[in-house]
Amino acid sequence: MSIGNLVIRRLSLLVLVLFGVTLITFAVSHLVPGDPARMLVGQRASEETLAKIRESLGLDLPLHIQYGRYMSGLLRLDLGTSIRTQRPVAEDLLTFFPATLELALCSIVLAVAVGIPLGVWSAVRKDTAVDHISRTYSVLGVSTPLFWLGLMALLVFYGKLGWLPGSGRINPFLAAVPRVTGFLLIDSLLSGNFAAFGDALYHLILPAFCLSFVHIGQFSRQVRSSMIEVLGQDYIRTARANGIRRRSLIYRHALRNALIPTVTVVGLSIGDLLGGAIMTETIFAWPGMGSYVVDSIGFLDFPAIMGFTVFVATGYVLINLLVDIAYLLLDPQIRGVG
Amino acid sequence: MRRKEQLGYIWYLVRRNPLTLAGLLIVLVVAAIALLAPMISPYDPDMIDWTARLEGPSRSHPFGTDEVGRDIMSRVFWGARLSVGVGLMIVGIAVSAGVLIGSVAGFSGGIGDVVIMRLMDMVLAFPSLVLAMALSAALGPNLRNAMLAIAFVRVPVYVRLVRGQALAVREREYVRAARTFGAKAAWIVRRHILPNTMTPVMVQATLDIGGAILTAAALSFLGLGAQQPTAEWGAMVSAGRRFILDQWWYASFPGAAIFVTAIGFNLFGDGLRDVLDPRQRR
Repeated sequence: MSIGNLVIRRLSLLVLVLFGVTLITFAVSHLVPGDPARMLVGQRASEETLAKIRESLGLDLPLHIQYGRYMSGLLRLDLGTSIRTQRPVAEDLLTFFPATLELALCSIVLAVAVGIPLGVWSAVRKDTAVDHISRTYSVLGVSTPLFWLGLMALLVFYGKLGWLPGSGRINPFLAAVPRVTGFLLIDSLLSGNFAAFGDALYHLILPAFCLSFVHIGQFSRQVRSSMIEVLGQDYIRTARANGIRRRSLIYRHALRNALIPTVTVVGLSIGDLLGGAIMTETIFAWPGMGSYVVDSIGFLDFPAIMGFTVFVATGYVLINLLVDIAYLLLDPQIRGVG
Repeated sequence: MRRKEQLGYIWYLVRRNPLTLAGLLIVLVVAAIALLAPMISPYDPDMIDWTARLEGPSRSHPFGTDEVGRDIMSRVFWGARLSVGVGLMIVGIAVSAGVLIGSVAGFSGGIGDVVIMRLMDMVLAFPSLVLAMALSAALGPNLRNAMLAIAFVRVPVYVRLVRGQALAVREREYVRAARTFGAKAAWIVRRHILPNTMTPVMVQATLDIGGAILTAAALSFLGLGAQQPTAEWGAMVSAGRRFILDQWWYASFPGAAIFVTAIGFNLFGDGLRDVLDPRQRR
């Protein structure tokens, strides 16, 4: 499959996905009781006030017109107005997005940095204690409720030991970092504020560890199985017969090929990471999109919930597209097939 | 091999792997707790006792008590009923819908197949937790809706599995022969296609139960599933969260119950896959 073909297919899938998910959530949310106007003004408001608010929010219009409005807004990147914050949802999301992305990227880096060596180690020492431990870990990883892990980490490292901060992105008493990119690690360096950089990093440790916990196991499991497969192939035996050093055999010859399928697993996990960020951010009071959407859920703020969903869906499809392109570039075998 | 010998052989393979056996043991213990909850719980899970608020683990309350003096151990035991039941229901719904849709898609082929598979691709092109969250928020926050939402996002997995098998089986000689003799489509699906898909579907379903329990607990934790004060593990962790630094037992024990149960199902599912589906063995 050529790259152009892939891009066209994925982008058309994206259009379908957005259409489908907005249609379903829209229809469902309007079929069930739950009155956002009532949430906004409270139980004691009069019927007239309610009617006025419904009108101003467009809630009095027939469903298909509301949907049409929403979709035409979507084309202009307008996700509607949040009922809770009274601000445009797109603006809200952009405010909170850098915090989430910063956390997600740090977690991915951590998971790759730990997961891949662990997988290699486990493959090279197949069926030894190391291997058993790393395989058991991957089962533990997928069995851990992320919100519970976060609470336990908070309890131990913040509550009992006091080693790490338990909430937020940075110590509010430090000199404020001017917002340029929204990534505290970058902004603090840009302003030459190394104390803030260190503090931001310090605040990232617990949430990033929790968020990467599952993925370390997934990556190591994937690397382990593809390493075992690659190590059994003829060219490795030939290379070994030619007297190539073990280290170079493992890292230069075997790992490079074994990493190709891992690219897909890493890419797919980015989507899960966005879901996991919801839990992690809630636990650690991390001011990102996850915390934003959880607050919106409590308020039945549908424009915000839908906006988040649309945003994540778009990001997910685009990331997978990038991953597939990377895959095509990395693996000459599948180029021109299909 | 005859049926009985086959089962005996499977049991032999399961028995040989300590991790699978451990998983099975955990599943059995959790199932026993769920079934026997009314008999083994020391207290009524909803009984309020203002004299015993937020007490730490002790002889009379091994897992401590919550902010209105309910016994957490009893609530964890009763929660096993709910969580395991919810996990089984979610997987049951997803499997039934998936098997039905998948066999229709695979057996009929043509435009119906294309439409169904594109729809499934759409659902899969989505982080499942986010979709389940959006759906259950839209449906209204309660446990039944959360279950439906989670089941919905799992359906495509089974559709793909069953469709793939159906496509393969459809062209076998015995199915062609059946068709020549005028067998109806529904009969062929029931008689030839479903039995051939049962093993991979069962393996996948076992592996999914742990995930379903986790996701249901996660939605309850976010306030989208079971509502407080229901004795549900996710909702209990959510309620205990406020007290985590001072009354650690409140959120810890229900969360640990989720963790252990998920480990049990995942270990057992992994082992079962290795035994029943050797092609996927790594």
